[in-house]
Amino acid sequence: MSAPAESPHPAASARIPPKLGGATASGAAAPAGPGPAPHQQNGPAQSQMQVPSGYGVHPQNYIPPSGHYPQGPGKMTSLPLDSQCGDYYSGLYTVPTQNVVTSNTANQQPGAQHMYGRGPPAPHIVGSTPGSFQGAASSTSHLHTSASQPYSPFVNHYSSPAMYSANSSVASQGFPSTCGHYAMSTVSNAAYPSVSYPSLPAGDPYGQQMFTSQNAPTVRPVRDNSFSGHSTAIGHPSPLPPPPSHQYHQQQSLSGCSTLSWSTSGLPSTQDNLVRNHTGTLATASSNPTNTVADSLSCPVTQNVQPLKSSPVVPTVLPGASSTRTPPAANRPVEPVASVTQPSELLQQKGMQYGDYVNNQASSAPTPLSSASDDEEEEEEDEEAGVDSSSTTSSASPVPNSYDALEGGSYPDMLSSSASSPAPDPAPEPDPAPAPAPSAPQPSKMAKPFGYGYPALQPGYQNATAPLNSAVPPSSPGYSGFQPYAQQYPGMNQLSSSLGGLSLQSSPQPESLRPVNLTQERNILPMTPVWAPVPNLNLDLRKLNCSPDSFRCTLTNIPQTQALLNKAKLPLGLLLHPFRDLTQLPVITSNTIVRCRSCRTYINPFVSFIDQRRWKCNLCYRVNDVPEEFMYNPLTRSYGEPHKRPEVQNSTVEFIASSDYMLRPPQPAVYLFVLDVSHNAVEAGYLTILCQSLLENLDKLPGDSRTRIGFMTFDSTIHFYNLQEGLSQPQMLIVSDIDDVFLPTPDSLLVNLYESKELIKDLLNALPNMFTNTRETHSALGPALQAAFKLMSPTGGRVSVFQTQLPSLGAGLLQSREDPNQRSSTKVVQHLGPATDFYKKLALDCSGQQTAVDLFLLSSQYSDLASLACISKYSAGCIYYYPSFHYTHNPSQAEKLQKDLKRYLTRKIGFEAVMRIRCTKGLSMHTFHGNFFVRSTDLLSLANISPDAGFAVQLSIEENLTDTSLVCFQTALLYTSSKGERRIRVHTLCLPVVSSLADVYAGVDVQAAVCLLANMAVDRSISSSLSDARDALVNAVVDSLSAYGSTVSNLQHSALIAPSSLKLFPLYVLALLKQKAFRTGTSTRLDDRVYAMCQIKCQPLVHLMKMIHPNLYRIDRLTDEGAIHVNDRVVPQPPLQKLSAEKLTREGAFLMDCGSVFYIWIGKSCDNNFIEDVLGYPNFASIPQKMTHLPELDTLSSERARSFITWLRDNRPLSPILHVVKDESPAKTEFFQHLIEDRTEAAFSYYEFLLHIQQQICK
Amino acid sequence: MEAVVFVFSLLDCCALIFLSVYFIITLSDLECDYINARSCCSKLNKWVIPELIGHTIVTVLMLVSLHWFIFLLNLPVATWNIYRFIMVPSGNMGVFDPTEIHNRGQLKSHMKEAMVKLGFHLLCFFMYLYSMILALIND
Repeated sequence: MSAPAESPHPAASARIPPKLGGATASGAAAPAGPGPAPHQQNGPAQSQMQVPSGYGVHPQNYIPPSGHYPQGPGKMTSLPLDSQCGDYYSGLYTVPTQNVVTSNTANQQPGAQHMYGRGPPAPHIVGSTPGSFQGAASSTSHLHTSASQPYSPFVNHYSSPAMYSANSSVASQGFPSTCGHYAMSTVSNAAYPSVSYPSLPAGDPYGQQMFTSQNAPTVRPVRDNSFSGHSTAIGHPSPLPPPPSHQYHQQQSLSGCSTLSWSTSGLPSTQDNLVRNHTGTLATASSNPTNTVADSLSCPVTQNVQPLKSSPVVPTVLPGASSTRTPPAANRPVEPVASVTQPSELLQQKGMQYGDYVNNQASSAPTPLSSASDDEEEEEEDEEAGVDSSSTTSSASPVPNSYDALEGGSYPDMLSSSASSPAPDPAPEPDPAPAPAPSAPQPSKMAKPFGYGYPALQPGYQNATAPLNSAVPPSSPGYSGFQPYAQQYPGMNQLSSSLGGLSLQSSPQPESLRPVNLTQERNILPMTPVWAPVPNLNLDLRKLNCSPDSFRCTLTNIPQTQALLNKAKLPLGLLLHPFRDLTQLPVITSNTIVRCRSCRTYINPFVSFIDQRRWKCNLCYRVNDVPEEFMYNPLTRSYGEPHKRPEVQNSTVEFIASSDYMLRPPQPAVYLFVLDVSHNAVEAGYLTILCQSLLENLDKLPGDSRTRIGFMTFDSTIHFYNLQEGLSQPQMLIVSDIDDVFLPTPDSLLVNLYESKELIKDLLNALPNMFTNTRETHSALGPALQAAFKLMSPTGGRVSVFQTQLPSLGAGLLQSREDPNQRSSTKVVQHLGPATDFYKKLALDCSGQQTAVDLFLLSSQYSDLASLACISKYSAGCIYYYPSFHYTHNPSQAEKLQKDLKRYLTRKIGFEAVMRIRCTKGLSMHTFHGNFFVRSTDLLSLANISPDAGFAVQLSIEENLTDTSLVCFQTALLYTSSKGERRIRVHTLCLPVVSSLADVYAGVDVQAAVCLLANMAVDRSISSSLSDARDALVNAVVDSLSAYGSTVSNLQHSALIAPSSLKLFPLYVLALLKQKAFRTGTSTRLDDRVYAMCQIKCQPLVHLMKMIHPNLYRIDRLTDEGAIHVNDRVVPQPPLQKLSAEKLTREGAFLMDCGSVFYIWIGKSCDNNFIEDVLGYPNFASIPQKMTHLPELDTLSSERARSFITWLRDNRPLSPILHVVKDESPAKTEFFQHLIEDRTEAAFSYYEFLLHIQQQICK
Repeated sequence: MEAVVFVFSLLDCCALIFLSVYFIITLSDLECDYINARSCCSKLNKWVIPELIGHTIVTVLMLVSLHWFIFLLNLPVATWNIYRFIMVPSGNMGVFDPTEIHNRGQLKSHMKEAMVKLGFHLLCFFMYLYSMILALIND
């Protein structure tokens, strides 16, 4: 059908648009021309031949084909995707839950651990072990990933050690730690693990091993090498048991400890850790006699000796380890220090941790492990250490380059620890040195491995879990997360005391459960930003776990049953930010992507290896084979260490997918811009800004040599631009038959960016002036979108629509529905839902053709965003809204558009994506929030995915989770990168299961809960009514607080009590009620309200929280106290102020960060020095009313203020605009409406809200 | 005359039974991921109006032929059908909306509804059959 471009299409009027210069003329011509008049000739389309006077160039007549061009194709490419998606999850956690608990300290010792590693035996620890292994492994992996650590080999070990220690702690019995080690070792053995071990008595074999390892430290290195060689795995099996009784372990450990610099005091534990690590390595190596030797360790003496030798080595290792552990870091460091001196303490600590964690994941097998057994788990990590160095990875098969990245380490983002971790480590390093060396000596004992009859490991875990509630005090990032629970474990207490620094051991209750009397607490808001609580897992798992920035759950302790969840009255759900920009991401290239055969879960750090050849899925518990290719570890270039592969060491990884994951060849990057050029649009002047931005960023558009780009404009007709290479200037084709849209020249409208760059630039330069004299006021958005869909459907891609008014012609035309008199109504807010299904249907069609539509609405009057937004909502696009946009009258909006466009055009993009979310059997997802189309029960179809898109999922518990202590969630995002590569990004999150209501409350992530509630409230507002949604929000607070009240027996009934973890809940909900989306009684334009709702639906949590509850800082007295350093800049960190006018003093200047807007409020009596130094004006009176920039002044306070603001601005999807608000200016009402703790005419103050809640509870 | 009314009702009821079964099969296909939400909903939405009409006709027929008991039995179901059809929000693509069907347990409630209707129609089927035979005998 397609006529050659040149051939005239009847329908289309061909205009030759003038190149730049000619623009005006052409514009004029168009209108006059035939355009409007429908010419019969060519069917629908009119052919207009206008040649702009100047532009004579190609006046062609398009004859066009009235017919629609068949674009073809579309079909649901997506389908394949789905299948792919399915694939993603391969088994995860199934493995045995192990107790990851290992103490941090252990990690430090890592060096030593290697030796332990050998300890194949350890693995046996079975149930617990596996877990630990995983943990260990993961930890190790982290280490590896972080290339930085020199120690790498050691590192792994170290990390593992930490885990071990934890285990040990669990064991609590003197030996426990050792046990832990053992477990670890088993783990390390790799995969074996999990299964058999279960019963191992915790410590024995391992312990011995561990000891040995410690002793052996020096040896270890050697061993490792050997291991890498391979056989390690083999060896493992044997390891199990021989050894040693716990006692030995302890002894060893102790000795080791002493030697070890690690403060881990818990020597034993540390040792254990070390051992584990070693074992792990060794085990992996299998071959190693050394291991055996280590095992033999039994003799403490030897150990001691070894340490000395090893010490040098160790240190290095430690660092690595520590880094991995980072999260816990605080604790760890401490431990190390202490460790030397106080081994015992360390151990204790570890023990405690274990308790908390509960490793078992699914762990099936081992049930009741002795406490000791728990420890075992931890081992695996060792492998990683080796990895670091190896960046080479390339070796054999898999993973190519990516490894390097991997090694490089864990993603900094995650945990943040990665970055930080290194730093912390230092302390540990020194310590380690001593201990490690010795491995060699004590081989013998290992032999016996299995024997240990540790009963079921699991039990141990369970116990541990319960106690744990690690509620992390929101404010204190540093917390290791361990809770007080220690009590249960005797040993732990001691440890805890030693650990002291780490957590709040002393408190009988976890910090998160501390009752807070809300009405008495005047300063409920912490001074520092609120951090995500750390799940109460053992250290190994914690280190491996996904970063809260990418993946958060509203309850970090998952209730065991739906009944328990109902009792808690809290929402259960996940908040995802899957495509976040990451600075480090392991990328894995492998011929076979290992997945569970039944549930298609991707292999992840939380699976358990039953033996070298089999792994157990942590989601469905199926036992799968380990493919041959997976046995080779590209990072260490060793064979037989499947548990050390990067997939198993990192909870966020990216796979390069093979052709199995493609339904069609990966599409090129295709961008289409659909621009409103009606009178209204030209008046607003956005075209200039857009074209300018595009010209600047044309080379930065993500894509490869196949990148294609196209432009369409529309008013009452639709204009296409022929940019075919070879033309001397862009050619405009006008289709005026908007009832039956067709493409005049389907082939030449989307052109290769590089081949036609000159033409594109000509067009962009000409566009802003082409329509300056237009008198066309109508907007045919619907038909333009239909045309865009036809144009895009053969390939898919991204359509960016710029619209400035209500669509008034053709399909999809809308009527104004807003009644301005109802804007401040307190009763019913109508028309929050779409008026027509046209946009939704079109969006689904687009979604089926892998096309996403991004909407930029720049309007000064009501444009029915509620209807228009559907086009983006269901095609996975994004929505930008600029109310009252005008390029000269509203410069701040213009600047915002400019910045947003820059980010929009240059940010990463994924095409033809699908995302599948899998969770452990027993949990199910029932509602999804975000911009996408849910194609089947757990598959989200995303035509495009951007780094700024967030999602939320609501969960329910369908089957009791009584037989597991860990649950896992995995999201797999399959997409085509802008370079035409098919990739899969996998995130895995692991959380403990608890059975008591108190533990559920201890683990609440209040920010996640509020964001999920906000999403639910948006749905409710649309499907029911705004007042229903508001009531539901208030009820959420009332229900959860009264449910908590009923669990606290000694309640003072007159007081409003909340657990510390929920203390901000009422404040955040009040903030939500005062948010634009949900407020009543304050004049709010319908579009503003709907836009706020769209934002709630699709913003990632970090950004959403700022929208809901802005941050207020006082900035007239910034100091460097507590400042952080970012890119060589010093960024001051002023304390957060509560959002109340009582905090505003006339003498001060305050910055409010609302996410998309910054306000700087200047008090009347503000210090003139500040005004002069920062704002550049002599005094308050001379500050202009509209000020949107801080001048670059060469003063210290200016520099501080600017660096602080720049830091806040970094990485926002919507670049915030800055408003300087004077105390007396009219603009201050905007500022004051964000002071949500204050009373307004229509809403409660915070205190009144609390009283209201109290009243409701008492009813 | 009486017999004709019941013969017609019987045929109509058969059609409604088949329709219910079709709804159940299609919904369970969606549940099992054999088809996607879009095609499932477009298939089902096509039959919402025929079902509504079919059932309304029988109800009215019973009223006209003065079978009060059967009329009252059918009335709630007919009312529900009409109510559901009228209450579809303007932005939705029909009673079954592909963008919502996976949310908030809608799929389950649709399934439940289809099951209940199937049971109801089966009951009616035997009632009409009995009444028809009775009418034929009386004739």
